[in-house]
Amino acid sequence: MTATTATAAPRGRPVRARSSRDDRQMLAFMGVIMLYLVIALALPLYAILSKSFQNKDGEFVGLANFLEYFNTPALTHSIQNSLTIAVITTLISVSIAFTLAYGLSRSCMRFKGTFKVIAMVPILVPSLLPGIALVYLFGRQGMIRELLFGHDIYGPIGIVISEVFFTLPHALIIIMTALSIADARLYEAAESLNASKLRTFFTVTIPGARYGLISAAFVVFTLTITDFGAPKVIGGGYNVLATDIYKQVIGQQNFEMGAVVSLILLLPAGIAFMVDRIMQRKQVALLSARAVAYEPKPSPLFDWIMFAWAAVVSVFILTILLTCQYAALIKFFPYNLSLSLKNYQFDLMDGGGWASFYNSLELAGWTAVVGTAVVFLGAYMVEKGKGFHAGRALFQFLAMLPMAVPGLVLGLAYIFFFNAPDNPFNFIYHTMAILVISTITHFYTVAHLTAVTALKQMDPEFEAVGASLKSPFYRTFSRVTVPVCLPAILDISIYLFVNAMTTVSAVVFLYGPQTSLASVAVLNMDDAGDIAPAAAMGMMIFYTNAGMRIVHGLLSRGVLRKTQSWRNR
Amino acid sequence: MRKTKLLIGAMVTAMLSGTAIAETELTVYTAVEAEDLKKYAERFNEDHPDIKINWVRDSTGIVTAKLLAEKENPQADVIWGLAATSLLLMKGEGMLEPYAPAGLEGLDPKFRDKADPPSWVGMDAWVAAICVNTVEAEANNLPMPTSWKDLTNPVYKDHIAMPNPNSSGTGFLDVSSWLQIFGEDEGWAYMDGLHENIHHYTHSGSKPCKQAASGEVTIGISFAFRGAKSKAEGAPLEIIIPSEGIGWDMEATAIVKGTDKMDAAKTLVDWSITDKANMMYNEGYAVIGKQALAKPVEHFPPNIPESMIDNDFEWAASNRERILAEWQQRYDSKSEPKG
Amino acid sequence: MSQSEPYLRITGLTKKFGEFTALSDVSLEVLEGEFICFLGPSGCGKTTLLRAIAGLDIQTYGSVEQAGKDISELPPAERDFGIVFQSYALFPNLSIERNVGFGLENLGQSSEQVKKRVAELLALVGMPEQGRKYPAQLSGGQQQRVALARAIAISPGLLLLDEPLSALDAKVRVKLRHEIKQLQHKLGITTIMVTHDQEEALTMADRIVVINNGLIEQVGTPEQIYREPATRFVAEFIGAMNFLPASAGDGGEIRIGKTPVRVQGVDLPEGASALLAAIRPEDIRVGEGVENCVDARVESVEFLGPFVRAELSSEMDAGPLYADFSANLVREQSLARGSELRITLPADSIRLYPA
Repeated sequence: MTATTATAAPRGRPVRARSSRDDRQMLAFMGVIMLYLVIALALPLYAILSKSFQNKDGEFVGLANFLEYFNTPALTHSIQNSLTIAVITTLISVSIAFTLAYGLSRSCMRFKGTFKVIAMVPILVPSLLPGIALVYLFGRQGMIRELLFGHDIYGPIGIVISEVFFTLPHALIIIMTALSIADARLYEAAESLNASKLRTFFTVTIPGARYGLISAAFVVFTLTITDFGAPKVIGGGYNVLATDIYKQVIGQQNFEMGAVVSLILLLPAGIAFMVDRIMQRKQVALLSARAVAYEPKPSPLFDWIMFAWAAVVSVFILTILLTCQYAALIKFFPYNLSLSLKNYQFDLMDGGGWASFYNSLELAGWTAVVGTAVVFLGAYMVEKGKGFHAGRALFQFLAMLPMAVPGLVLGLAYIFFFNAPDNPFNFIYHTMAILVISTITHFYTVAHLTAVTALKQMDPEFEAVGASLKSPFYRTFSRVTVPVCLPAILDISIYLFVNAMTTVSAVVFLYGPQTSLASVAVLNMDDAGDIAPAAAMGMMIFYTNAGMRIVHGLLSRGVLRKTQSWRNR
Repeated sequence: MRKTKLLIGAMVTAMLSGTAIAETELTVYTAVEAEDLKKYAERFNEDHPDIKINWVRDSTGIVTAKLLAEKENPQADVIWGLAATSLLLMKGEGMLEPYAPAGLEGLDPKFRDKADPPSWVGMDAWVAAICVNTVEAEANNLPMPTSWKDLTNPVYKDHIAMPNPNSSGTGFLDVSSWLQIFGEDEGWAYMDGLHENIHHYTHSGSKPCKQAASGEVTIGISFAFRGAKSKAEGAPLEIIIPSEGIGWDMEATAIVKGTDKMDAAKTLVDWSITDKANMMYNEGYAVIGKQALAKPVEHFPPNIPESMIDNDFEWAASNRERILAEWQQRYDSKSEPKG
Repeated sequence: MSQSEPYLRITGLTKKFGEFTALSDVSLEVLEGEFICFLGPSGCGKTTLLRAIAGLDIQTYGSVEQAGKDISELPPAERDFGIVFQSYALFPNLSIERNVGFGLENLGQSSEQVKKRVAELLALVGMPEQGRKYPAQLSGGQQQRVALARAIAISPGLLLLDEPLSALDAKVRVKLRHEIKQLQHKLGITTIMVTHDQEEALTMADRIVVINNGLIEQVGTPEQIYREPATRFVAEFIGAMNFLPASAGDGGEIRIGKTPVRVQGVDLPEGASALLAAIRPEDIRVGEGVENCVDARVESVEFLGPFVRAELSSEMDAGPLYADFSANLVREQSLARGSELRITLPADSIRLYPA
């Protein structure tokens, strides 16, 4: 027994920790999922990058394509259009979301729950749907076209309204979270200082929610600038970057120019993404300072104003939805308004018929099951595994990357990568597999973050305890980690399911003759002028997603009550 | 795993297809209207139940581009129902297998490739037309147009939709016919004028007529077949055959060179020019390959055959790329916000 | 294993996190059946040392031997220990039974055997009949017992406790302290506990390892640590201590201020002329002793229940001097602010450190 005093020089050679079987297995798992991300994300992105520097024959031509792009005013004009649309949408969407969130969290209005549910509806439908509804509402034969005072719905007005509808829930979720972490003590302090309501609003509320507001703004901006559903349906001749990519690739098979436009679209999306990440981090820092939850007090006038506003927003959302359902059931708008189911005879239209609906169900099912497994396992291995720090950091980077990559860009990148004749994965081209892979990859980031958050909330010592009890990691994983994280796992799967049903952007380049999809069918039917069937198919997607959400809710409540009885004391 | 299943599936199909014709699946590229595809396959299977057709359908421009893109590694076995101009293009690229189908002699000589054996055989003619919504025309106090030139009248400003020739075969048909009717310079001048009145260009050839049918635009430059269909559904449409004459194209059939299902492909092409097939085409199209069998089609204007211009398909095919580039330069680049 | 061979031997252990050195060349031997406490302020490296022993954060240099086997490079799963964390890390979705039986099920025992053993263990930690509950339904102290039962279920050679009591309130802590010590004694299991609470360490440990800044300051029995703190840090960290500036005098004497003071049983630190003389407040006696007697005056008194802590100024003129007097003494002598008295600093109670 000797107490040694400090001697600076360490003795002997450095200890090389021997990895356990668990460590090796987890590393292998992580390696496999990382390989997936490399093949499904990194290599395709590299392919699109290199394609932008090549001519049609695959020869390197340097910046020639970019020069051509910037010398074509028709194309460059879209940059301005895209930015205009995105900025206006951001201002409107964030304003509506903020006032609505403010009412929902700071007033004592009635029916808050109902309003919240309605506000989430746009997540369940493809971004094409609001455009279709707007045609019926404000088009040449629109039911309430007078409200536009002679302006044309085809163009920026229609795009902005559609994008506001499409982005509202995303902005609302972020701002609600930001407002919900406000510290009641600050309000008490303001009150005790006799600050006016208005002053309190500007000195306490706004600064408290500022990161949320900025984050929401960038999310809306990114969603809008990368969305191509709305401008495709209601944009008329108003070109934006997203539709340009589609036109270059699908309309003209000019893949090189498509790649160039993609990279240009990648730029604002990437910047917005980075700003958002920084804001989120700061918001989290606010969150960890333990605050006292704010409880609103009744104030009749304010409550009624907020109620009225929430009602207006809800009516807007429901109008869009009901218009589509109405249009789907009308025989021949506007000349024969009798009811009919003929618009559901999808097999007589472009888009792949009912088969595309069943394909979408299959895609959503596979994406939810495989995607949840891949994402959660990946997050687990990267969070709980040991060693190989460089690889772990790379994994995290790859997992965050899809958020910054617009779906169209990813889809195009897949064409370049997977359709190359010498690619060993070429055989999955035009199959359900490539649709599943692209969809999982496209929505990887949010799912990954959900998983990581859930895993971080778990006691970090579970794995150490498991190891000390000689329990192999997969046993601790299946007996403890998965059950404890079940709510998050269900959240991930419903998120993937819903998005697989609604997504158009990545898959529009990738579906094959046997794998047409419902969301793409909406696009193609609208393209062919079959707008009522397009609305009908869009509503089928909505009902499917709404049904799944209900199932998800029941599962979360009912079944979880059983398996998570430990949560209730 | 699913991937392996797919792989095995592909291998099994590949092995079977070489040997037995009994279970042949043909990949058939087409631009035939979606609502007709089922009918075409069913009628064909009545006579040949052993050949399964897997359709790949898109608008003419897309199918054409797709076929050209897949030149090195063709995915299609047969093309059934694509514009003759497109097939000419492919013939030029050496992508088609010349074949004289049984009964070729009964076909109108216009409806076949001039070479012997022909690289393609025609099915029906598909003609340009103007769809006018009578209710909207009245409401907007618009005169009924009778010629292409009428459409440049400023009263029609923002009332017209037409297909983008880059993606739509109908669009290209319109543009190439105007250039033939008016000559190059006057043709482009005509389109400059027309462009002023166009509300928007559409991706597909049928959309302008469907939009006219539902009143979203008053006038849709489209094709007669689509107009007749919409009229049959009860749309308040008038189908105008402009006095200068109308562009037209054939829907035609060809075998893709390099198919490993040659027997089945030949069977399909043989069938595509039978009387039965022609009568089937006649259900939608007024002008067919065996015109003697043709009956009048409801809602079709009667004067179609006389109005069809003497279309120079070879010229259209060989100038296609140049025309499209010019068009895009002039109009797609100017498709500014109009709202 | 014979008493002469240590059960656990740590040699030259260094742990670096990047540039930061958390442990620097630590060596230590632990005998079989011993109860060892790692004691030190937060961030001193005590938990790092525990985690190195467990293999959770393997050291950068140095070796760990357990039961004669070099385990330096082994991952946790291949070592032989049970562990209890500050958070208990009970699996929230498993019942108490399942938690305790978690390790047993890995050993391939039949469910009957597991059930029996779990019941035994729960009885051992004083929680029979609670097996069907879930962790969230238990109090902190009960959760701690379950965590303990789970850790010892697989009869590990070494029990590691990482601040197991710090999340509990004071009363429960004292009770559990006693219970854990008893249980350890009963099982005879070699135990290492990390704590920052000196009282916990003094009451529970057979030997205490005082760690500071990644270095072992002293290893010894609680008595040794308290009575003979080897370094100034230990003297300061454990208990209360007066530090008086002093200088070396003649013939084994030192001077505090101008006053010569005799010390006994300590060596003068080599080469240091400036010294600190340390004496615990409770060692200062009231009244005339045989030596080291000085005049003092009470500047203030602080009532602390069983005793009173008095702040004194003395003729040594070496700053305030704190002395603990029993409450009875204070009453008898009616000591109060301003009282003059004679105090004695017993020679064998004075420790010396370099200033």
